Amino acid sequence: MSQLASELRRPAVRARVKRPALGPSVTGGFVVLFLSVVVLIPLAMVVYRSTDSGWGGFWHQVHSPFAWSALELTIVMSLIAALVNLVMGTAIAWLLVRDKLPGQRVLDTIIDLPFALPTIVAGVTLILLFGASSPIGINLAYARSGVLIALLFVTLPFVVRTVQPVLLELDHDMEEAAASLGAGRLTIFRRIILPTIAPAVAAGTTLAFARALSEFGSTVLISGNLPGKTQVAAVYIYGKIQEDSVTGAAAVSTVLLAVSLVVLVLLNVIQRWVARRD
Amino acid sequence: MTSASRWGLRTVVLAYLAFLLVLPVGVILYRTFQHGLSPIFDTLTTSEAAHAYEITLIVALCAVALNTVFGVGAAVLLVRHRFPGRRILDALIDLPIAVSPVVVGLALTLVYGSRTSFGGWLTDHGIQIIFSLPGMVMATSFVALPLVVRAVAPVLAEIGDEQEQAAATLGASAFQRFTRITLPSIRGALAYGVVLSLARALGEFGAVAVVSGRLIGKTETVPLYVLDLYNNFNQTGAYAAATSLVLVAVVALVASRFLRPRGGLNLS
Repeated sequence: MSQLASELRRPAVRARVKRPALGPSVTGGFVVLFLSVVVLIPLAMVVYRSTDSGWGGFWHQVHSPFAWSALELTIVMSLIAALVNLVMGTAIAWLLVRDKLPGQRVLDTIIDLPFALPTIVAGVTLILLFGASSPIGINLAYARSGVLIALLFVTLPFVVRTVQPVLLELDHDMEEAAASLGAGRLTIFRRIILPTIAPAVAAGTTLAFARALSEFGSTVLISGNLPGKTQVAAVYIYGKIQEDSVTGAAAVSTVLLAVSLVVLVLLNVIQRWVARRD
Repeated sequence: MTSASRWGLRTVVLAYLAFLLVLPVGVILYRTFQHGLSPIFDTLTTSEAAHAYEITLIVALCAVALNTVFGVGAAVLLVRHRFPGRRILDALIDLPIAVSPVVVGLALTLVYGSRTSFGGWLTDHGIQIIFSLPGMVMATSFVALPLVVRAVAPVLAEIGDEQEQAAATLGASAFQRFTRITLPSIRGALAYGVVLSLARALGEFGAVAVVSGRLIGKTETVPLYVLDLYNNFNQTGAYAAATSLVLVAVVALVASRFLRPRGGLNLS
């Protein structure tokens, strides 16, 4: 009986296999075309136009005082924001997984608020709280610390969301075994918990850094965009676009793209490291 | 943990979240509603505001529709097929995460702007992309590109393709297999990806600011309108418009919370 069934089935299978597989090539064609038209060709054009007046011109644009200080400010502030949220993000993830607080579910949900909130809205809310007429008396407007606060806000969820699942899966048995063998709390944290969460912490921090590098909307109000002082790279590029200086905008964009690309590659390496440990 | 260190950690974390998340959002809600509802109603019902909401909705829906088709197609391709350049495609899909919105706007302008050779040719044929809706849709699509793919791909990998193969042996066409088996099993993840994309699309600021040209009453979206009102010292209006976007974000957050598959969004 079953032999009969398979005999009956076979021709249908053959017929299907013989038909040329049109589906994947149409899907593939659309995916590649869409990606090229929307992402790849435009990005390639930015890199291409950055050398409109040769490499000398490119370097001249990148090394102009305001462009250079904007890049410097962006990289330094992004690094600080990523490192602060490395510590705070890990602490928040710990609190969410290992602590029992009333309202923990709500806390868990609002952590993602910076992901969902439009950046310009973040900018308006931050200048309301930390601006010149701050109701809590903290004025960070037009200062580098204002830029930092904006970057801390937009990068907050990254480390939390990468570390939280790892902490959830962490086995208590190992910690208990270590404790039974006389390990102190600090030793347990340093020798068991830290090595387990380290790759996730690193991945989250890298994502946060990449996000901060590219930030525009949330910094545009609170920073005041003082060239050479509080102007971040994205705002500098925006200014160059408004001035119609294509080479200037494209050159700084290319540097920003290059830094982001390095960061993405780094993230990839970290994630493969994580995959291998799993 | 000792109770002292536990309370220390709690205090530090809660203080940090209070200053960074709760107080800023609380202050804007307070400032919006402090004079009651009528000033909010007045500012949000002007023709400019209505137009901004309309444009935002049109652009976001178009971009999300495109990204949904792209996202499902790319996820199926990456998970179900092996082809040369697969890993490169995989990496390229994440590229938009690391690109500044302003650079996105610049990039599209340099290819499709009316003063470039291709954009000029398009303009001669009556197609305007930059300073117009198509460019805004492309910019929005760019920034939200990875979200649907990254929400759907892990689920697609997890469910495997045994059921699809079984359906194929029973004579189901590729289209039938997709609509009857694949689509129902990725429904939840797809909804999650769509909600995330929609939230991102409705709030996009930098990329749209560059490609729209911020033509008031023509290409101005709500996020651009917020800045416009703020810069024109219409703070009541700016706070009201911003609060409307906060509410959209909160709805998206709660929805995504219920839709989130286990493991959440797997970025790259």
